Amino acid sequence: MAAHLRLGVFKFASCDGCQLQLLDAQGKLLEIARHLDIAHFPEARSAVGEGPYDIGLVEGSITTPADAERIQEIRRQCRYLVTIGACATSGGIQALRNWGQIDSFVSAVYATPAFISTLATSTPIADHVPVDFELRGCPIDVRQLVELITSFVLGRKPRVPSTSVCVECKARGTVCVAVAQGIPCLGPVTQAGCGAICPAHGRECFGCFGPSEPANLVSLTGQYERQGTPPEQLIRLTRSFNAQSPAFRAESDRLEGASHE
Amino acid sequence: MISPVAQATDPWRSHPARIVRIAEEIGGVRSYDLVLDNTAVRAAYRFVPGQFNMLYLPGIGEAAISISSSMATPDLLTHTVRSVGNVTAALARAKVGDPVLIRGPFGNPWPVDRLADRDVVIVAGGLGLASQRSLIDALARHATACRSTAVIHGAKRPADLLFQSEYAAWKAAGIDMHPIVDVGEGGWSGPVGLVTKLLDTLPLDPQSTTLLCCGPDRMMTAVAEKAFARGVPADEVYLSLERNMSCAVAHCGLCQFGPLFVCRDGPVFSFDRIAQFLAVPQC
Amino acid sequence: MVVSPSPISERNIGDWLRLPPAGLQLLIETLAENHRVVGPQVADGAVVYRDLRGIAELPVGWLDEQDGGRYRLHQDPTAGFFDHVVGPHSLKNFLFPARETVASFVRTDGEWVQQTHAPEDRPLAVIGVRACDMAALRIQDKVFLGSGHVDPGYQARRQRLFTVAVNCRRAAATCFCHSMACGPAVEPGFDLALTERDGWFACQIGSPAGHALIQRLATADAGIVSCTVEEVDAAKQVSIDLEASMHARQPEAGAPRPRSLDTHGIRDLLYAQMEHPRWEEVATRCLSCTNCTLVCPTCFCSSVTEVADLSGDHVERERHWASCFTLDHARMHGGSVRSSTASRYRQWVTHKLAGWIDQFDSSGCTGCGRCITWCPVGIDLTEEVAALRHSDPP
Repeated sequence: MAAHLRLGVFKFASCDGCQLQLLDAQGKLLEIARHLDIAHFPEARSAVGEGPYDIGLVEGSITTPADAERIQEIRRQCRYLVTIGACATSGGIQALRNWGQIDSFVSAVYATPAFISTLATSTPIADHVPVDFELRGCPIDVRQLVELITSFVLGRKPRVPSTSVCVECKARGTVCVAVAQGIPCLGPVTQAGCGAICPAHGRECFGCFGPSEPANLVSLTGQYERQGTPPEQLIRLTRSFNAQSPAFRAESDRLEGASHE
Repeated sequence: MISPVAQATDPWRSHPARIVRIAEEIGGVRSYDLVLDNTAVRAAYRFVPGQFNMLYLPGIGEAAISISSSMATPDLLTHTVRSVGNVTAALARAKVGDPVLIRGPFGNPWPVDRLADRDVVIVAGGLGLASQRSLIDALARHATACRSTAVIHGAKRPADLLFQSEYAAWKAAGIDMHPIVDVGEGGWSGPVGLVTKLLDTLPLDPQSTTLLCCGPDRMMTAVAEKAFARGVPADEVYLSLERNMSCAVAHCGLCQFGPLFVCRDGPVFSFDRIAQFLAVPQC
Repeated sequence: MVVSPSPISERNIGDWLRLPPAGLQLLIETLAENHRVVGPQVADGAVVYRDLRGIAELPVGWLDEQDGGRYRLHQDPTAGFFDHVVGPHSLKNFLFPARETVASFVRTDGEWVQQTHAPEDRPLAVIGVRACDMAALRIQDKVFLGSGHVDPGYQARRQRLFTVAVNCRRAAATCFCHSMACGPAVEPGFDLALTERDGWFACQIGSPAGHALIQRLATADAGIVSCTVEEVDAAKQVSIDLEASMHARQPEAGAPRPRSLDTHGIRDLLYAQMEHPRWEEVATRCLSCTNCTLVCPTCFCSSVTEVADLSGDHVERERHWASCFTLDHARMHGGSVRSSTASRYRQWVTHKLAGWIDQFDSSGCTGCGRCITWCPVGIDLTEEVAALRHSDPP
């Protein structure tokens, strides 16, 4: 077998939930550890292996000047850089700051705002350095993470479909919550990968895997509006964990603009 | 209940084979000679030029690759590929002796049984010549009883012309070779331009010409139009299409082109059969 | 003329029997001895196919209201066991499952060995299959059994399938089987077919397997007797009346529009309209979400994924449903052949209603209406085809 690939896991502005998915791989974790040298993973081990790394998994978004510099060095150290989760791939829930004034947030929250060094926006990693691959989700799906690692080890492209969540609902036989219950669901415009967990439990998809390709949000929200869903609810639905992803951002801004007219 | 259906072999049954030779062709393109492991399978294996195999590397993927070796030696199967996808990239890392699994052969071949007394014009764009090499070999061996054979092969640069080392043997067998390049560099003294340019001036009798073309869709459409302008009828122009072939047995639907399954009804079609759909963008 | 009931042991294929609800219960229990029995049940706001233990689980008293992008159940005391029509599931979910391992390989000392498949699960018996879905079964048979190559998994499940079909007594607004010559009367091909009557079922024997099952039930005290001629005629009249009413349906204010599809010359019509601006117009509404294709009982596209462990020594080839609405469907090096939503919607409709005729000598549509109901934005292929028909080519 070829020499073990070296893995580094890096954290930016995030909740650590995506890194935990790696630890949550359970039976697969030992298998991964047999085939990869997990060199840098501060969440899981105190030993820190220096770079360079074959694969860098990057969690979190860029929200501080220091992080904007740190990601540059990590990019240099990683042969393949993979963003994991909604924060790293689209800016995360913290990107809601992008619609507000950062100074007013800082002064409202912190006793001594002068100590706070932060950027006005939360931005995805790809806005700062080239990204080789992205895993979506809040958090990421452990099966997709295992598929990613397996594909690297075996030497092929990862198979992470860009199709809608509806594909997964139909595959598991879940009844459509939008059609059968009138619940506004983002599934038809959200990328699959979660296994359609939320609709399987009778609630709407809230888009935590970000937009599918393609994502015709105008048609979908128009349908929900005609069925009586207020625009404010649709703005909240599209402006959450992937608020900053271009398709969702454009739609929430469009809905907001239309409702102000 | 259901009326009985003859139990066909499992279309997902792959046969182990081995790489016995790897040849560097032009830059980034290699030929892999494969021999089936099982002697009975090997003895029973027959193909006709234009057909393809599904080359399978477990865990990596499967790819439809046309057979580029001689139909006279079906115990040795050559596949000429550029490294672009999962399978071809993995093949680029492979070495002689490595296993490759094969399903095949599949598909509708070049009309080799309709070429007797015909003037055959082969037009190939780039790697398209790989699908026609076994055809040229059959013509060179006079296996089709055709009257004449001309090959127009277009490539970007002189160094991109495939199978140049075989030109001498093909010429010796009476085949007219007409290579043409987009960029005439490195002491190139031959023609420069698109394959359609050569088709303008190639002496041909439209009543006795059969044209066989393989290349990108747009190039094939242009070649066909040129052939019609020279008076060649649409049912004497054949194209080999490339689509997303996955199951190879017309079950998965991914290669559909209009009402046609390219894996089964193609990849070789007479132009008149597909003209209606070739004219439609994104069909 | 009244014919006195005769012992059913004398009955043959094609004959009709009186089956009380207790007889249907016994039928289900008897089938369950060596089948996995599934049937319609209310779950998550819809009538879906689930494992069925008895008639108490059937959707007695439930009716479905269906329209573009809308499905609602409500209770109605006059509704019988089977007065709902089709839900999101069909036989496809079982015979051509969403995921299936089609081959598996193990590498030992560098050599690949293809594994032989484990035997199939218990044979399947499905209660409540409608005419449109029996028609869909015939269509999928052509795809997986009749096109030169046989799909072994489908064949194994299909050969052992037992169908208890049901003749519909009502149609949803989205139903247009009458346009597609696929219903509402169930065509031969079933094992047993039920027509619900007032408190009992008229049960027609359709196959040797159906006959054998009825013979077994006859030995129990299930109250099964032959139908009288009048009862047979009345049962047959149910489908005749429903079909007539479907042809006569007219739009009413405040009610979903009753669907129909003019199939006259439809193949040539669609081929002539490949560059019609309507395709671009529908693309502004289409989500490319794939729902229409996945609920369609005849759509058969699939792709295969390599599922390997990290050693790469154990590999399963997993086939899963694919859809012509995804960019992966016609993906080649350099991107999808059909990169626009308009081209993908066109591919689906022209394949379903035109290309299918070339491929399989029948339409790919049975008029079940699922693609209309389960489209989140209610795109309606009957409406799209009508729009193409009633406008001049570009």
